[in-house]
Amino acid sequence: MNIWLNFLIDSLAFGATFMYGSTGEILTEKAGHLNLGIPGIMCMGGAGGCLVLNWIGKSALPPFLIVILGILGSLALAMLMGLIYSFLTVTLRANQNVTGLALTTFGVGLMKVIMSKMDATVYLVGPKQMYRWPFAGRQDSLQCLGVLFFLAVIVALCASWVLFRTKVGLHLRAVGENPATADAVGINVTRYKYVATCVGSGIAGLGGFYYIIDYMASQEAYLSLESFGWLSIALVIFALWRPHLTIIGSTVFGFLFSCSSFITNVSWINVTMAFKPVLKMLPYVVTILVLIVSSVRNKRENQPPASLGLSYFREER
Amino acid sequence: MSEKRHAEAREPLVHLSKRASIAPPMAWAIRLIALVLGLVACGLVAFLLVDKLREHPERVGDFYYCFIRGAFGTSRKFWKFLRSLAVLLCIALALTPAFRMRFWNTGGEGQTLVGVLGAIAVDFYLGGKIPEWLLLLLMLAASLLSGAVWGVIPAIFKAKWNTNETLFTLMMNYVATYLVSYFLVIWIPNGSSSLSKLQNGKLPALGNDYLLIILIVLALTIGLHIYLNYTKHGYEISVVGESVRTAQYVGITVGKVIIRTMILSGMLCGLAGYLIAAGMDQTVTTESAGGQGFTAIMVSWLGKFNPLAMILTAGLIQVLHQGAAQISQDFDVSGAMPSMVVGIILFFIIGSEFFINYEIHFRGHGARAGKEAVK
Repeated sequence: MNIWLNFLIDSLAFGATFMYGSTGEILTEKAGHLNLGIPGIMCMGGAGGCLVLNWIGKSALPPFLIVILGILGSLALAMLMGLIYSFLTVTLRANQNVTGLALTTFGVGLMKVIMSKMDATVYLVGPKQMYRWPFAGRQDSLQCLGVLFFLAVIVALCASWVLFRTKVGLHLRAVGENPATADAVGINVTRYKYVATCVGSGIAGLGGFYYIIDYMASQEAYLSLESFGWLSIALVIFALWRPHLTIIGSTVFGFLFSCSSFITNVSWINVTMAFKPVLKMLPYVVTILVLIVSSVRNKRENQPPASLGLSYFREER
Repeated sequence: MSEKRHAEAREPLVHLSKRASIAPPMAWAIRLIALVLGLVACGLVAFLLVDKLREHPERVGDFYYCFIRGAFGTSRKFWKFLRSLAVLLCIALALTPAFRMRFWNTGGEGQTLVGVLGAIAVDFYLGGKIPEWLLLLLMLAASLLSGAVWGVIPAIFKAKWNTNETLFTLMMNYVATYLVSYFLVIWIPNGSSSLSKLQNGKLPALGNDYLLIILIVLALTIGLHIYLNYTKHGYEISVVGESVRTAQYVGITVGKVIIRTMILSGMLCGLAGYLIAAGMDQTVTTESAGGQGFTAIMVSWLGKFNPLAMILTAGLIQVLHQGAAQISQDFDVSGAMPSMVVGIILFFIIGSEFFINYEIHFRGHGARAGKEAVK
């Protein structure tokens, strides 16, 4: 296969990690909650899926059932993390930044403790091929486009549809922009915040699971997962809070992030080693530029939700 | 009669109201209960995950004793504890002025890291070529300057265009990380992956290697306490934090305050970077700040943005950290144990703030109180 096409597909596949992470974060942010716990949630999502696979990975269950159970396990732990976050920030009205950071600290730590105790030959080697259906066994980069990749695209598109084309989405955005007004027209603010945060966390968790089980498919993958959680938060800004744009954005990020290792394979591009970190810096620099440009242009639809980061207490003036 | 029943039926089961004030002993009791509950939760989670504890449940006392032994076990551990506390506190202090004006500086990590990088860059190029005292001064200047630059960039955009500072400063952390890896590639001759300890540019030992850093941060704590509470600048910061509109009304140039405060915040992070570079590591890695920039945010918030209280919160986090590290050593678990333990305890302490700030009325009690108020 053409080397460039190969590279493009690899970027797409890599990007699915962020696609999940930022789609989940967008849902949460649209409800007015800046969830800095996403890295921890993604880690726990990865751990949850692997825990289930560690248990059934070598059983005689049909492959599709193993795939589904793994996904459910990942969803369960990630949503549990989302529940902790929403209990603290919605019900107990704690500071969102602090809660999010605590969640990341906790999630990353717990995930590492869990993963270090599991056997990669059980949770990884067998299930890996099942998750890579229908391209399992291929030698080129198509092999990474498995079940979870397609699910990522579907989830991102669905999230956009729900957010911008349905009444539920309209209500959710109203909650994120101005909870007091939403409350006044009879929207159950607490319920919307809880559901959006938990569903968003579940989606983000799948990103971690995808990264460990499919894209990297290695025993050490979990050690590098955290930094991609932060990159997912960056991608939210890059995608201007629109889930469908994360598909393009994540490919660009994947491209920028992996081109540093790819470029050294292309003989006619002669770059020094020092160029690699600069390339890896690019996703963040581009994100900053997007953030600046969108704030300078000050177009309402490209801004963060108005009440992002603020807790809502009905009796406060 | 029926009307009254109707009103009672519609009253929610629980009703919240903000407390006007709470007696300090009560607040501390709530926090203490949260801490104890957090420790119990840690024990439960550890019981699930730590094989050695599950096999020997009688070692549970030993498990908790680790929290004391980790920080206070030997005099060396205690000095190390004090020094780590000082560095963490320094970053937390740096973030506090920004937090007081509700500028969410999540970039402490990056600002500290460029501080380390600045000092090490000066050390790398000038070390041994100029007198040691001059080198140390230049390193300090480089640290402060690079920290300030890293802090002021988001502030300028915040002041001019109201760019979201939380996300901006967060991204700057990673730009800093890759800036460090860029310089490492340039500096390190092929083959080696890390910069070996530099020979020059080491802060003089004051009795031992730890004391000087501790004293510097102690002085900084007192200085910042005075700056925030007894100076015009500090007052302006508080006003901007309370209400931007009030600040504009009384003639404070909000943009100027934001930029000035972030220069200070970044500079102090740079100072923490200098302490790490010249006082401890003598080298730089992408992990030089080691996540402390994020932990410091929690330290500052837990200490209610009060420099003196932050000594306590930084101490608590550090005790937990070193205690959990001791556990992972004694009970043979992954080195990620500390962050898990700190995370669990933080959940409980964060949650406890709710019970300090809000009052909960259950159905019945609240109604009676309301009636009394009417009378």
